[in-house]
Amino acid sequence: MSEQLALLPGYLTAHLQLSLVALAIGAGVSLPLGIWITRRPGLEPGVLGLASVIQTVPSLALLAIMVPVLAGLGAFTARFGLELQGIGYAPALIALSLYSLLPMLRNTVAGIRSIDPALIEAARGVGMTDRQCLLRVELPLGAPVIVAGLRTATVWVVGTATLSTPIGATSLGNFIFSGLATRNDTAVLVGCVAAAGLALLLDGLIHALEVGVRDRRRGLSAGAGALLALLCTWTGATLALPRSNAVSGVVAIGSKAFTEQYILADLLARQIAERSGAGTRKVPSLGSTVAFDALVNGDIDVYVDYSGTIWATIMKRGELPSDRAQVLAGVERYLTERHDLGLVAVLGFENTYSLAMRADHARRLSLTSISELARESPKLELGGDYEFFGRAEWRALRRSYGLAFRARRSMDPALMYRALANGDVDVISAFSTDGRIAAFDLAVLDDDREVIPPYDAIVLVGARLLRELPQVVAALRELDGRIDAATMRRTNLRVDGEGATPSQAADELLARIRAEALPDPG
Amino acid sequence: MIEIAALTKRYGERAAVEDLSLVVERGELVVLLGGSGSGKTTTLKMVNRLIEPSSGSVRIAGRDTRETSGPELRRGIGYCFQQIGLFPHLSVAENIALTPSLLGWDAARIRARVDELLELVELPADAYRDRAPDALSGGQQQRVGLARALAAEPAVMLLDEPFGALDPLTRDRLQQSFRRIRAELGLTALFVTHDMVEAMLLGDRIAVLQAGRLVQLGTPAELSRAPANDYVASLMETPRRHAAAVDALREGA
Repeated sequence: MSEQLALLPGYLTAHLQLSLVALAIGAGVSLPLGIWITRRPGLEPGVLGLASVIQTVPSLALLAIMVPVLAGLGAFTARFGLELQGIGYAPALIALSLYSLLPMLRNTVAGIRSIDPALIEAARGVGMTDRQCLLRVELPLGAPVIVAGLRTATVWVVGTATLSTPIGATSLGNFIFSGLATRNDTAVLVGCVAAAGLALLLDGLIHALEVGVRDRRRGLSAGAGALLALLCTWTGATLALPRSNAVSGVVAIGSKAFTEQYILADLLARQIAERSGAGTRKVPSLGSTVAFDALVNGDIDVYVDYSGTIWATIMKRGELPSDRAQVLAGVERYLTERHDLGLVAVLGFENTYSLAMRADHARRLSLTSISELARESPKLELGGDYEFFGRAEWRALRRSYGLAFRARRSMDPALMYRALANGDVDVISAFSTDGRIAAFDLAVLDDDREVIPPYDAIVLVGARLLRELPQVVAALRELDGRIDAATMRRTNLRVDGEGATPSQAADELLARIRAEALPDPG
Repeated sequence: MIEIAALTKRYGERAAVEDLSLVVERGELVVLLGGSGSGKTTTLKMVNRLIEPSSGSVRIAGRDTRETSGPELRRGIGYCFQQIGLFPHLSVAENIALTPSLLGWDAARIRARVDELLELVELPADAYRDRAPDALSGGQQQRVGLARALAAEPAVMLLDEPFGALDPLTRDRLQQSFRRIRAELGLTALFVTHDMVEAMLLGDRIAVLQAGRLVQLGTPAELSRAPANDYVASLMETPRRHAAAVDALREGA
């Protein structure tokens, strides 16, 4: 609990930076736009329709779409010397700003429309100009409805901002995503309670300010206004601090959203800090391809990926050779030649896709290999992570073994294991080093036809690190070949089964690496 | 004081008001009388340019109304209408103070004027100044509406069925108050109504409108004596006809 609470100020500040600025941009756009379309009723269906369309895009998808959009935009603006980050704050901010438009836009229009036409006639009759009518009559009278829109947008944006974590923007979602991935319910709870609390606080403050102004209660409006101003000032001040890697010389370490990745990110951070003296910061819980894009764009400097993943998803080679060395060589050549990235260490273990079942279930059906699974598959249900069914491995498995499951479901990896344990699905796609295989007493079915290609864990670094920080690269190279599969699985189990934090597990792993010179694998 | 010349308003093919000319002398109240769709409200609103005329002109105190901007023009003309339109987010005093504040009067002068006006419309200033409009009865609201229209000492008043939505007794009391205020201030006014009794009671002269045209303009006596057409004749007959019907009912009871 205390480790989670120690992270709270940082995550809360980042969450405020996203939410408040997104709301400010949203309000800054939708208030004038809303007023403008009340003057031109012909535009109303078009503008509100567009805002509704944005709203119907699922929020996670809207955030994800911003990554390639900004990367494309960044390539364009780079010609004019303007750098745009493809992941992190910028795409999350744009998505959240767009998301906040509809409630504010709709309520601005509704608020102004709802005003009795007699009052507009009276305003003109006493000699107000259009501007005076807007400021003295329409906005004050429309305010309750307009503020209601702001409050709705506030609750939405604060809630949705938790989903910016997978695209690399720090938020309270970091608690939730890492907590789900590492079976840390405390972290999930802290993230949810903090996000809900923040939403309620902001909503309450805006409401108090509105009531204070409406009822002319000075104390109430001054108190709420002061607190809001304090939050905005804090947000603005922290935003003004430099955050760019290039300026600070800090190494940004990415990780995807599962236990092994959190542990390895902590391991890299510790190794870099102790062996090169460079500062580090973590960009955790990235989507799988977001991490690679982030490295290419220079938004992160280093992360751990897997050779087969790069081969299949990034290089988009259809056929995967089952020879480890061939894949590694192909991946390294591709990284160097196409993207100016470096492959600086092969950690020494593979983390391959595999198919797993509950051990007792497998025993009952007497299944030990995927060939044997094939004959039972029409009676069984398969669960896979979001990527699995779109991947070449799944197609290869299905083709070579003739797998035909009764049903298949995509789900979050964190929930997949629980679904298997509960009997909601019979077979899942599992990672071979996953600590949960032991924690949930699962049996991994043997890939007896060697269909699944090698997934060597590899440390990838960006161009900046290669050029400017050779001492960091040297520190990372020391990890080459130092972690075998058994060690990784045991370390993962420390988090997934025994309640250690990723950083504790990483410390233990690093101590083990340093203490005993592990035999070089393969 | 108000010189309307060949005033016309067209909406597409249809003419709401056509070629209407009319002069209101200083201190005079002219009633625009007619049924719905006769163009009386359109005519009134063209005087303060809430509706822009298609053609023709309006001069107030010798000045063409097109020489000043609409808002500036309207600050010099009192405007009072049936829906009243008091602003619910402002107090009674703030409502009355609107035009003076738009004209940049200083606070002390505005405050004195508001109190003076409240007394004029028979609402004790101390009791009513800080009330919310919603807390007033319909009759009290229109008294405030009248005070608001009079606030900046306008040269001309435009009134569009100001007492039309009030119950008969309240309407009667407001009409009496209005007659007194008019006499006190010597107001020049155009007054729209479809109520024949109100027209005869308040108007120095009555302008009868029919389908956007001025049919006849004259004192109540002139209209009764020599109606220009059957419409005017039957209009002038209505109060008497009503009175006769009411008498008959009374006697029958």
